[in-house]
Amino acid sequence: MFGYFLTRLGMFVPTFLGVTLISFMFIRVLPGDPIIVMAGERGMTEERYQEMVEKLGFDKPVLQQYWDYLVGVLHGDLGESFVTKKPVWDEFFALFPATLELSLCAMIFAVALGLPAGVIAAVNRGKFFDRALMSSALVGYSMPIFWWALLLIIVFSGNLGWTPVSGRIDLLYYFPSVTGFMLIDSLLSGQPGAFGSAVRHLILPTIVLGTIPLAVIARQTRSAMLEVLGEDYIRTARAKGLAPARINGLHALRNALIPVITVIGLSVGTLLAGAILTETIFSWPGIGKWMVDSIFRRDYPVVQGGLLMIAVIVMLVNLLVDVLYGVINPKIRRR
Amino acid sequence: MKLKLLAATAAIALSGAAAQANTLVYCSEGSPEGFDPALFTAGTTFDASSHPIYNRLLEFETGTTNVIPGLAESVEASDDGLEYTFKLRQGVKFHSNDEFTPTRDFNADDVIFSFMRQKDDSHPYNQVSGGTWEYFKGMGMPDLVESIEKVDDYTVKFKLTKPEAPFVANMAMDFASILSAEYADAMMEAGTPEKLNTAPIGTGPFSFLAYQKDAVIRYAQNADYWKAPADVENLIFAITPDASVRYQKLKAGECHIMPYPNPADIQAMKDDGDINMMEQEGLNVGYLAYNTTMAPFDNPNVRKALNMAIDKNAIIDVVFQGSGQVAKNPIPPTMWGYNDAITDDAYDPEAAKAMLEAEGVSDLSMKVWAMPVQRPYNPNARRMAELIQADFAKVGVDVEIVSYEWGEYLSRSKDLDRDGAVLLGWTGDNGDPDNFLAVLLGCDGREASNRAQWCHEPFEDLILKAKQSTDQAERTKLYEDAQVIFKEQAPWATIAHSVVYMPMSNKVQGYKVHPLGGHIFYGVSVE
Repeated sequence: MFGYFLTRLGMFVPTFLGVTLISFMFIRVLPGDPIIVMAGERGMTEERYQEMVEKLGFDKPVLQQYWDYLVGVLHGDLGESFVTKKPVWDEFFALFPATLELSLCAMIFAVALGLPAGVIAAVNRGKFFDRALMSSALVGYSMPIFWWALLLIIVFSGNLGWTPVSGRIDLLYYFPSVTGFMLIDSLLSGQPGAFGSAVRHLILPTIVLGTIPLAVIARQTRSAMLEVLGEDYIRTARAKGLAPARINGLHALRNALIPVITVIGLSVGTLLAGAILTETIFSWPGIGKWMVDSIFRRDYPVVQGGLLMIAVIVMLVNLLVDVLYGVINPKIRRR
Repeated sequence: MKLKLLAATAAIALSGAAAQANTLVYCSEGSPEGFDPALFTAGTTFDASSHPIYNRLLEFETGTTNVIPGLAESVEASDDGLEYTFKLRQGVKFHSNDEFTPTRDFNADDVIFSFMRQKDDSHPYNQVSGGTWEYFKGMGMPDLVESIEKVDDYTVKFKLTKPEAPFVANMAMDFASILSAEYADAMMEAGTPEKLNTAPIGTGPFSFLAYQKDAVIRYAQNADYWKAPADVENLIFAITPDASVRYQKLKAGECHIMPYPNPADIQAMKDDGDINMMEQEGLNVGYLAYNTTMAPFDNPNVRKALNMAIDKNAIIDVVFQGSGQVAKNPIPPTMWGYNDAITDDAYDPEAAKAMLEAEGVSDLSMKVWAMPVQRPYNPNARRMAELIQADFAKVGVDVEIVSYEWGEYLSRSKDLDRDGAVLLGWTGDNGDPDNFLAVLLGCDGREASNRAQWCHEPFEDLILKAKQSTDQAERTKLYEDAQVIFKEQAPWATIAHSVVYMPMSNKVQGYKVHPLGGHIFYGVSVE
């Protein structure tokens, strides 16, 4: 098992280097000079332009710039934002807990509803439940996030007043951030009602962000279950007179989980991409909006640093998924 | 800071509704870049920094572009216009935080510090927080200001290299906010000079409490303010980037005021009895700039004929969805010096066609550049270009619409040999007509902010004379005359000034829409 883990870890290094190169090149191949974008309609004199070019290090050859960036990254320095003049690393870690909290909640929501929905649909194949669940999943998968979010806000926050419109907690509550996770910080603050407010603020963004992964997981679970339910050992188990719940829950679901875990792992990327829209609509202070703003402003250090950090997180999650395969199916780790 | 935080928390938690009544919540549209206004250029940053936290030697009177005394009680210009002497207000206190308690009142040292860090490359604060001093440099201050002298603790003298009347208005701009030199020294000594930008200390009506990026900014009333204290005890910016969500929050009572509503929501907001909708023309202009160095656009009659072919009212309806006003002059009507006696070129395609024929122009093909971004002065440049294309087709002019990425657009549109007319615009910085007429139409602006590449001697003479005069009545007359020449020469088609809408809860009292675009909450109360 340890050797298997080391092999997977070894693949991490070239991928990491590739990501640094891609994130560095990506923002530079986009048209648009960050200095001119910064100056806006006013423009600037040629002399001032040259001064800025030197200040930002653009006068150096591109390879030199990449090398400096790579050396910085390996020393844990992602550079400073052109716009806020703050270290990218600090900005990332100030915002990331919010994204992580929302993504985790969305993932828990998607798995908690998606797995049972998929199993129920598979067991009731072709019946009303199956059709209703799979049609809903298709609708959920196809729904534009932006529209879905606004619809929920208008109905539940605007008309019914059940949930707050946006933000992470009611502005009435005011305490210093300890962990960056509002659910934990609100409990630590000891203020009555703070935790409840944090939970209420999480409901709509969680549903919006979790909808697509929920649909994908439900559909994937259903098809994996159907495949496994047709296997000989399931027939054997039935013939032995095992209870259907035990067959479906233990024998079928465990073997159906491999493709489902793959999908869950891949959904992390989807969640981070979806977070960009969800965070913008719900004024959720995470990394999604931060990245988008930076792309428009051509804030090179933030875009390349942010992309690198997101890529590393997705890579780590996939590493974890690979390890989980080994845990669930011993055959894989022996290969 | 922590103690202060906890105290504020307890106060808010315990007094519940009372605290809420004393709190003004503003749903702002984005995060500030930082809290030191001289480092940045965005209006969102100024709303969160220079307006609540700081003061300047001179201030813009809220709701007008008039310059009034601020931290300076008076300013006197020498007869040659080369020296400005500011008499400073006494007894003005700076805010304090957990790391700093001021030991002295505001004085001349603070003024010298606030400007010299921007001007002097060897100043210890010049490079702090990546200081590029965009506005200070963009307004030409390094070349204009020769020296700043402390005459005594409460008198400061600015010596200029040339007479320039708009200098007075520049002193009321956000980059001219006054910071504490004592705080700067303390932070430099502590090895944390960047705190000037992240934990700001000013003299303004609100002191800074806390900021969480993309979420919330909190301020507390400055009880020691040198004018009457602000009407609300707590000011909160709830950062809400999406306009539809801001509207929902306003309806749900989660905020009291919001900026930049969606044009599509404006009617519903006006119809809502709980919402008070304030409006004012913005200090901006959207225009189509011909390249006046290229034939046939070097002929004023051709430019005028094309201007007559544009149906501006249709543009206001379609592109601005009503939230705009037809522009006849290059400066907005809220600005002093606006010449209201000028009549706009009437929309008359037949006359335009005849005029083009008379000038020997037939089968004309041209490019119209459409910006790829939304701006208050042009919410949809592509749509505007399409309308102009259709209008020009009616007079026999064939238009090809082109667009580039925003940085490229700004860069290429400056070229002297640029092919085509450019859609662009301008939002005023300091309420002085010079900031429009000289920057956008002066000879020095060619191949830069003067997109028409226009240099017309009679016009240039007037604006140079106005720049050097310190007599407001004389300046007004000169600018009015300059607008007459502009209209005759038609280097641009002036298209529109946007209308700024500010929806707010009926509970809000005393808010004034500021023509310079800032959102100012001093003097605002909540029922």
